[in-house]
Amino acid sequence: MARALDFFGGFKLTFQHLTRPTVTTSYPKAKRPKQPRQHGRHVLNRYEDGMEKCIGCELCAGVCPVNCIYVRGLDNPPDHPVSPGERYGYIYEINYLRCIHCDLCVEACPTQAITESKMFEFSFTNRSDAIYTKAELLVDDQGYPQRLPWEDWREGEAAMTGGWMRATSPNGDAAYEGVVQWTADLGAGLRAAEAGQSGVRDDEATGSKQLRNIFPKHFEPEDVPLQFRGLRGKLNELREKMPKRRRKPKS
Amino acid sequence: MNWLATVDPLFDHGVTFAVLVIVVIKMLVGLGLLMGSVIVMIWFERKAISDMQSRIGPQRWGPFGLLQTLADGLKLILKEDLIPSEADRTVFKLAPFLVLVPAIITFGLVPVGGEMTIAGHKVLLQVANPPMGILLLLAMSGISVYGVMLAGWSSGSKYPLLSSVRASAQMISYEAALGMTIVTVVLVTGSLSIHNIVTSQSHGIWHWNLIRLGIVPFVVFVIAITAELNRPPFDVVEAESELVGGFHTEYSSFRFAIFFLAEYMNTITMSAIIVTLFLGGPAGWAPNVAHLKWLFPIAWFLIKTVGFAFCYVWFRASLPRFRYDQLMDLGWKRLIPLSLGWMLIVAGFLVAKGWGFMMAAVVLVSYSVLTRAFSLGQSREVGADSVLPIVGGRPLPGEVLRSKTDEESD
Repeated sequence: MARALDFFGGFKLTFQHLTRPTVTTSYPKAKRPKQPRQHGRHVLNRYEDGMEKCIGCELCAGVCPVNCIYVRGLDNPPDHPVSPGERYGYIYEINYLRCIHCDLCVEACPTQAITESKMFEFSFTNRSDAIYTKAELLVDDQGYPQRLPWEDWREGEAAMTGGWMRATSPNGDAAYEGVVQWTADLGAGLRAAEAGQSGVRDDEATGSKQLRNIFPKHFEPEDVPLQFRGLRGKLNELREKMPKRRRKPKS
Repeated sequence: MNWLATVDPLFDHGVTFAVLVIVVIKMLVGLGLLMGSVIVMIWFERKAISDMQSRIGPQRWGPFGLLQTLADGLKLILKEDLIPSEADRTVFKLAPFLVLVPAIITFGLVPVGGEMTIAGHKVLLQVANPPMGILLLLAMSGISVYGVMLAGWSSGSKYPLLSSVRASAQMISYEAALGMTIVTVVLVTGSLSIHNIVTSQSHGIWHWNLIRLGIVPFVVFVIAITAELNRPPFDVVEAESELVGGFHTEYSSFRFAIFFLAEYMNTITMSAIIVTLFLGGPAGWAPNVAHLKWLFPIAWFLIKTVGFAFCYVWFRASLPRFRYDQLMDLGWKRLIPLSLGWMLIVAGFLVAKGWGFMMAAVVLVSYSVLTRAFSLGQSREVGADSVLPIVGGRPLPGEVLRSKTDEESD
């Protein structure tokens, strides 16, 4: 008898889903907020004085698992040096038909010259357009990435491109493992470590969201976080819908 | 001309020009209703199933994505019409229409409402009410498989061929159970006319065939009709994980659209047929007011039909596809004996109570014999612990292995 009722359990489940909110969004109209460490289109950074950070060492090209980066270094012209070091990246090309956005190039870079923005919505009608050269990748004089006409940039995405994080120690010291290192340039500031990067978890500061916080109603009752259960859940829902007041800036 | 009046009160005063006009209007309205409801049905199915899967579903065309079906149809019409070089061209072109025409004809048999008076003529809200309507219904549901079968065969490609073989086998297996449940309905009504079947159920909920015949024929009918429609969980004919697209793999453009048009027409029609045969069709409470008197039955009919249309969507969202042998098992070993036994019991009770109980006893005994036979057959298939000797002297491969491993362990 219990097995016969199990058969109808499937019907019950699909019927319950009718009452639950949808997981998907109507994409181009409504866009879900991106996670703080979203891997998007690369940028080539500059120092504050406008010098390029890239020294043409080709480590990024060497580490790239899909061979999408092509770099050629050249000695800096003595009169007008492009980068502070001995050499600079003379040619820098990324083929976005190949790139898998694994961020290994970002980790390999010794000067933090290449980082990734969060912008991923760009498309081409031509194969050769998919190859970004230095002209497109390099940041502008203010240190912000170029917004190319076929790219869909959203508010706040350009500001965080300088931020990056090493999974391993820069000098090979094992004691550095798991220590978060964010660059402080381009207004990104020092970012708090996200869950999984260190023992501390501060979702408020990093802006990352857990799946069960995004879709609380799709979980079994006992897995739903406390702030979404019962009467408190209803109150929180209402609070989410209310227009948020601006917080006073801390002095 | 006199026998016409017994079929339809419209012909009471002979066939005049006005009557012909009414008949043509009825046909056109029926066709338009069917086409319109197909568009709504496809939209409804996609919306309901996307809700059940926590998705949004169609949303771009028209309010709530209502025009999505039209957009899809337009796209299909504008696409290139391909005919494979190995295809049998005539049959390949004919097959979609062999599916479509029975689907349209079947809908013509469904009473959508009660009676209505137009210009002094009593009009049944039913496109046609032939005296052997239920046989026509069975014939049409039988013929529609020819389209599927010929489509698969004429494609000149292996997956469609496999699919068409499956379609015809499935058709044969479930048609028997389907026919026998319909026989119980016909027995209790005493008429083959669909109008009579509906009117015999119109005296309240206890007269519905659903309750009058016991729940069993209704359940068997729903399962068998789902299998006839090739809808999930019985859609082995177009099992995309096994047969690419099934019989319509090689079809494109408008011919492909026709298959889907027919499939959804059939879904609507069969929901309507279930309602007609078992739930009293348009029967239900109606106020005794001039215009509401014919409007309410239509509303009842629509509510019931939409309910079953939703059930089909629900089945699709909830149930995984049957394996082919499970499908055959369910058809031959469960549904056919069940419907046959129930038919005998119903027939017995219609004659006299004593006969009914006797039939029930006979059916019970034969069921136990049948169960034993099935279990014996299954154990023989497995090879081990077989009670029956192996016929032909050739042991099954599993058994050879078993005997070898047994020797080693000894």
